[in-house]
Amino acid sequence: MREQILTITENRKIAPKTFSMTLKTSKGDHGIRRPGQFINIKLDGFFLRRPISVCSWEDDSLTIIYKVVGAGTEAMSHYEPEKSLNVLLPLGNGFDTSVSGEHPVLIGGGAGVPPMYGLCRQLLAEGRQPTVVLGFNKKEESFYIEEFKTLGADVVVATADGSLGVEGFVTDALENLSYTYFYACGPEAMLKALDGKIPAGVGGQLSFEERMGCGFGACMGCSCETKYGNKRICKEGPVLERGEILW
Amino acid sequence: MVNKQQTAVTLCGINLDNPVMAASGTFGYGYEFAELYDINCLGSFSFKGTTLEPRFGNPTPRISECREGLINSIGLQNPGVEKVISEELPKLANCLHKKVMANIGGFSVEEYAEVCRRLDHQDQIGWMEINVSCPNVHHGGMTFGTDPKAAAEVVHAVKKATGKPVIIKLSPNVTDIVAIAKACEEAGADGLSMINTLLGMRIDLKTGKPVIANKMGGFSGPAIFPVALRMVYQVYEAVSIPIIGIGGISTAADVLEMMLAGATAVQIGAANLVDPFVCKRIVEDLPKEMKKYGITNLKDIIGGAHE
Repeated sequence: MREQILTITENRKIAPKTFSMTLKTSKGDHGIRRPGQFINIKLDGFFLRRPISVCSWEDDSLTIIYKVVGAGTEAMSHYEPEKSLNVLLPLGNGFDTSVSGEHPVLIGGGAGVPPMYGLCRQLLAEGRQPTVVLGFNKKEESFYIEEFKTLGADVVVATADGSLGVEGFVTDALENLSYTYFYACGPEAMLKALDGKIPAGVGGQLSFEERMGCGFGACMGCSCETKYGNKRICKEGPVLERGEILW
Repeated sequence: MVNKQQTAVTLCGINLDNPVMAASGTFGYGYEFAELYDINCLGSFSFKGTTLEPRFGNPTPRISECREGLINSIGLQNPGVEKVISEELPKLANCLHKKVMANIGGFSVEEYAEVCRRLDHQDQIGWMEINVSCPNVHHGGMTFGTDPKAAAEVVHAVKKATGKPVIIKLSPNVTDIVAIAKACEEAGADGLSMINTLLGMRIDLKTGKPVIANKMGGFSGPAIFPVALRMVYQVYEAVSIPIIGIGGISTAADVLEMMLAGATAVQIGAANLVDPFVCKRIVEDLPKEMKKYGITNLKDIIGGAHE
């Protein structure tokens, strides 16, 4: 982990309450190596930092996509380009792509979609053929569908109200797909439903969310119990293997 | 230039290069921070509250943000004293070449004593800091720190269990902290750490329910600094054992203020969680801050605010 001052180059709305922010490093390596890792951002006027997952990265820049869920992210959404942010990074373990097999399925729900983009890009670069399942409440809240298609992935969309793609949840969209492995990020109810739906023999990695204090393993604020002992979502997570999760 | 002698203080007979320590529960067992900077720049630190048995702690959410602080309800998550001895302390020994403060939690007088007994042979441990003030565990923790008699009982038992200096970490969640402090001193405590967190709460307006799963938790951060400072000032007038000032410290100026109130050393807690380098920064800033106020020797300002 390191502390860096990053400069905003873009902060734009891509869906209702959903923003894409690109940050440029001024010096040094940002250290992000795996999709699913996150950064922890200091905001003016707020005591705790805000942990946000990385959507994609280049050598000297990062893109995060965040949803306005409270006063902190609301303030972030008004930040203008050129503003500098104090950021701790890289944080968290991220997804392991080495175990995906030929045809992994990537499942993102709502604010859980962004890390799937970086993951999809990496899997494609490694020669795999991922299918992406994206779940949203309704069409107008959807985002990044074209971006996934541009990468070259097969994309299936589910919306709860049926306004786009399959009517229902990501579990419904999985119905006729075959896959070697799964990666998922989204609300805990979605993750649990996926675990119930996907055949027991299929391995997977799921990214969890929890209220964090520090984001780097010091405070034990985000601990969870797993089959392999206690883990900190911020440090040994946020990605857990399917087989270790105690629901 | 300020030299090392000018920032040095003595805490219960052990010399510290400077009065800056990291507070228990915000610094783990040290080795993870040692990946970020050389933690030997600190005076010392107090390791994660350790109990006899391993504890997972409280359900999540355990954290809630506040203005100028946070509420936590971790619930003394720790691997238990035996694992601390076999796994955590050896890792710490690789990166800290000075004494560490052991922080001990418990649910009975006997448990506090037993944990001290087991840690007593660990050379790296300089002091035993007894947490009689954890607001996040029931049937123990804070109940020992809110009654002078119960606090004294813990001191008696722990003093019999260890030859190392015993420091009692006091709760601010009492009507008269001076009475508890005096009871601890009379019972033989070698020092006092103060303050632990203030019992607090937040409610999520979207759900209408408490943010924290355990409903209440311990409030810390810069917001509590004036409360901690006041309590250190009051207790300094009433006892003659050293005080470690804790509560919302995040700058070198805060350290000086806390020492003027009567603290011999200080601990930095919540600030570590938002700035993992804060302790190192405070150590580096101290000489500059001393120079600004014409302080040549830090020891000389302890309790300087008193008549």
